[in-house]
Amino acid sequence: MKYKDYYEILGVPSDAGEDTIKKAYRKLAHKYHPDVSKDPAGEEKFKEIAEAYATLKDADKRAAYDRLGSHSPGQDFQPPPDWGTKFGDQDLRFEDIDLADLLAGLAGGRQRGGAKGGTISMPGEDYEVTAHIALEDAYTGTLVDLNLSVPDYDGNGRLHRVARAFKARIPKGATHGQRLRLRGKGGKGFHGGRDGDLYLNIELLPHPLFRPSGHDLYLDLPLAPWEAALGATLAVPTLAGTVHLKVPAGTLAGSKLRLAGRGLPTPHGKAGDLFAIAQIVVPPALSEAERELFQKLAAGSTFDPRSHFNAEVKHGDCAGGSCMAERGGVGIAR
Amino acid sequence: MATAPAEAAWLNEEGWVSLDELAALSGLTDSALRELVDYGVLQPVDAADAQWKFSARWVVVARTACRLRNDFELDLNALALTLSFLDRIRDLEAQLRSVHAQLPRRYSRGRS
Repeated sequence: MKYKDYYEILGVPSDAGEDTIKKAYRKLAHKYHPDVSKDPAGEEKFKEIAEAYATLKDADKRAAYDRLGSHSPGQDFQPPPDWGTKFGDQDLRFEDIDLADLLAGLAGGRQRGGAKGGTISMPGEDYEVTAHIALEDAYTGTLVDLNLSVPDYDGNGRLHRVARAFKARIPKGATHGQRLRLRGKGGKGFHGGRDGDLYLNIELLPHPLFRPSGHDLYLDLPLAPWEAALGATLAVPTLAGTVHLKVPAGTLAGSKLRLAGRGLPTPHGKAGDLFAIAQIVVPPALSEAERELFQKLAAGSTFDPRSHFNAEVKHGDCAGGSCMAERGGVGIAR
Repeated sequence: MATAPAEAAWLNEEGWVSLDELAALSGLTDSALRELVDYGVLQPVDAADAQWKFSARWVVVARTACRLRNDFELDLNALALTLSFLDRIRDLEAQLRSVHAQLPRRYSRGRS
C-alpha cells in the first residue's frame, strides 16, 4: 500500500485542530473544485484534497490514519501488526489496496453494514466522464471507448479499485457541453439497490475547418478580391461532402453566407446551419501580370472605401504628417 | 472487462423527469429540491402542476447542486446563489464560444 501524507496535502501540521483542517480544505476546494475551477488539473487535485479531508475531519478515521505512522508520500508501507484488529478486519491484505479505499472501508463497515453482509439496499455509484469526440463523429454518431478506474467490492466486501472498459454509443446530435446519461452503467447496487448511472460530458475536438457553436458551424471562406466583387459559385466543404455555394457579387468581408441545415444534427431530427464567413484575401506575392492589372484597377477606379472617415470624424484636422503602420503592429489583438 | 455498448439518453430539453426521479438521480431530498425551485434555480415545466415534471437538463444542475452542497458544506441559500452564478458563467462562456466561432482565423501572407 502506498502512503499518502494527508496533512501535507492540506498543508496543515499533524497536530492541527478541526477548524484549521476545515479552513485549509475550504481554501483548497475553492481553488480546485472541478465545478468552480478552470484549472485543467483541478479535478485530480480536488480528489486528493477531498480524500485527505474525508479522513482528517472524522475523528475515528483520523485516529486510524495516525496509527499507520508517518512515511514518505508514495512509499510502500505496511500498517503496524495490530492495526487490522483495532480498525478493520483481522485478515486485511494491504498489498493491492488503496489507502483511501481502506479508510473509506472503515466507514463503510460502520455505516453501510451492507458491503459486509448487511441487508440495507444501496444504489450503485454514479460515474462521470468526459468523452472527447471529433466533429465528424458527432455528425454521424459514434461508439467511444471509455476507460475508468472505479471502486468495486470483492467477495468479502472489501473495497478495491478496478479498471473498467466501457463502450458507449453516442447517438448523432451531440455537441460541445452536452450531457448523456447511460442508465445502469455505473457501479453495481447493493442488496437490490439500483445500479448507478454513467454520465457522459461531451467535448468536441477542435476541427481544422469548422468551428461549432451549439449545433451551428462556422467556416472561413477566403475569397479573392475579384470573387468578392464579381460574385462566384464555389465548392465548399461540409460534413456531408462538398456543396456548391453561390457568392453574390459585392460580398463584403465578414458577411455570413448561410447553408441551411448543413450544421450538426440535433438529437431530434433537426440540424443546425453552416455559416461561411467571407474573408477577402490577396495573393501572397503578386505576379507581374497581377500587379499590372491591380495598378490599372487602382488608376481607373473612383471607389473610396474610407469616404465615411471624413463624415464621422469631427475634429479630425490634427497634426497632419504621415505615419506608416508596421505590419502586425496595428489591428485587433486576439 | 468490456461490456456491451450502452444506449444513451440526452439530458436536454426533450426528456423529462419527475421530482422523485430528480431526487434519486441527484442525491438531493425532495424538500431541498422544492426549496431550490422556490429560489428559482430549478424550474419545473409547469409550477402549477400538482406533479412536477422537470426537463432532463435539470438533472445536470441538480447533481452539481448536490456536489457543491456536500463538498463546500453550503446551506441552500448559499447553494442557490452559487448555482445562479454558475448558470451565468455557463451562459457567458457559451456566448464567448459563439463569438470565437464567428471570428475569422487570421489569414497571414503565405496562407491564402
